[in-house]
Amino acid sequence: MREVTAGKASSFSDPDRKIFDIGGFEVGVFKLGGQFYAWENRCPHLDGPACQGKILPCTTEALNEDKSSRGREFSKTDMNMVCPWHGFEFDIRTGRHPTNGAMRLRAVKMRIEGDDIMLSVRD
Amino acid sequence: MPDEMASARVGQVRELQEITNATDTRDYLYAASRQAKQQYDDYELIVDIDAHLQEGRFWQELIGLMDNDVLKHAGEMMLAGGVRTPLINMQPGMSFQAMSGRVPHQSGPAEKVDDPQTHGHPFAQIMRRSMDAMGVDYQVIFPTAMLHLGMNPMEDIEIYMARAYCRWLVENIFPEDKRLIGLVYLPFNNPDECEKLIKQYGGNPQIVGFTICAVRHKPVHHNQYMRLYSMIEELGKPLVFHAGPHWDDPSFSQLNRFISMHALSFVHYNLIHMTNWVINALPERFPKLKTIWVESGLAWVPFLMQRLDHEVLMRPSEAPGLKRMPSEYMQEMFYSSQPLERYDMKLLEATMDKMKAETQLLYSSDWPHWDFDPPSSITTLPFLSDQAKRNILGLNAARVFNLPVKRLRPRADDFLTARGPDRVS
Repeated sequence: MREVTAGKASSFSDPDRKIFDIGGFEVGVFKLGGQFYAWENRCPHLDGPACQGKILPCTTEALNEDKSSRGREFSKTDMNMVCPWHGFEFDIRTGRHPTNGAMRLRAVKMRIEGDDIMLSVRD
Repeated sequence: MPDEMASARVGQVRELQEITNATDTRDYLYAASRQAKQQYDDYELIVDIDAHLQEGRFWQELIGLMDNDVLKHAGEMMLAGGVRTPLINMQPGMSFQAMSGRVPHQSGPAEKVDDPQTHGHPFAQIMRRSMDAMGVDYQVIFPTAMLHLGMNPMEDIEIYMARAYCRWLVENIFPEDKRLIGLVYLPFNNPDECEKLIKQYGGNPQIVGFTICAVRHKPVHHNQYMRLYSMIEELGKPLVFHAGPHWDDPSFSQLNRFISMHALSFVHYNLIHMTNWVINALPERFPKLKTIWVESGLAWVPFLMQRLDHEVLMRPSEAPGLKRMPSEYMQEMFYSSQPLERYDMKLLEATMDKMKAETQLLYSSDWPHWDFDPPSSITTLPFLSDQAKRNILGLNAARVFNLPVKRLRPRADDFLTARGPDRVS
């Protein structure tokens, strides 16, 4: 493992995402709600570029008290990244698939030093 | 900081862009080229037996090749009015394939084709990029929007579009690259027109078979098709049933989500055609006719084998042409691999065993559709032998389509080295 400086924290909007290719090791760094998250850019499905697709709110089914449906709605709190290969979605905060939590992205160790984003990457 | 970590300079870091429908295919599939290097670069031959033309970008060319002035004029007027695929019986407002933008390659291709390193027709360039990135020697091209034409109430549209499509392939695309091969689109609602197209194009070396787009309500065992099957059997090229979606089917109108219709529709039509094919003993009548069942996945195959075996034993008088069990005939047919249902490996292993995948299964990507499978969908299966993987990825297809086992794709390392510096996504 080694630690790499990968851009400036101040360059991120909120929400925002940047993808870094560090000698072939690819990391998606996300900022959401003032927090940073870093995930390997590899989908657990077929190793597609999971961090490089759309960022969309999680879709939910809105139910009334009697269990009838009001249809689908976008979550006001949960944001997903979408793998552009096949549409697998992963929660930006947890890296987990909304239907199957066992299907998850690999976290990348990250820290902010001053304004620098420091990523721990495999060689 | 842990001891094993050391600081690195920002200069080693490159920022990549979001993938969109304008992303170069070589970037979109860059991860697949890494898989090619790691998993199958030494394989003799990789054949993708189902990749697709996304007609929208090229529809004007196809309309221009229609040899019916009235339909051609109608198509051109619709194009001028902003209709993306005129004359096609699809509802534009029900186009959910791209998942509302989540899977951009489904809504393309919108990438540029002005790279001086590549040349030729834009479609050939784009498909060559996908072949090189995935490490594929040959791609068998199918249409997309035209998969629905069997349900078009204006039967003449299917006939004229079939003619235009075959002409477009043979005149505009095949000369660009011998790695692109295709099939005669059979306007199956009119057997006489099918026979004409077989006579016209069946001998072309890049026409490797004949396809019935399976979304249609036509009994494949009807006597009107026997001469057609004889012609195809005599040519020695396969007959390919390509599945498709059709939300307007009365049963499917009960389904309220695209996923539901898609999951069932792509299996439904091949279930029906296969049942008619077997119960009416067409494999006995045309023993040398090779059939391939495309884009229904695999899970339906053992289901139908068990179901038909079970019923035939009780009702032999309704299938008097059969001399063996339905599953035995089905084990001699060929199947494409995509969309490979891989979630339960035990079930998948049993499925592949039952259908004799080592000799009967043909790798297909379905690229650029939303549920495409790269070759790694096969190479990462833990229960297959190395030889089985080689067979499924290319050697079986070479046998079925009479292709030479000769490498045409670049080395994965060469592709990665060439594309890496230019990659933006």
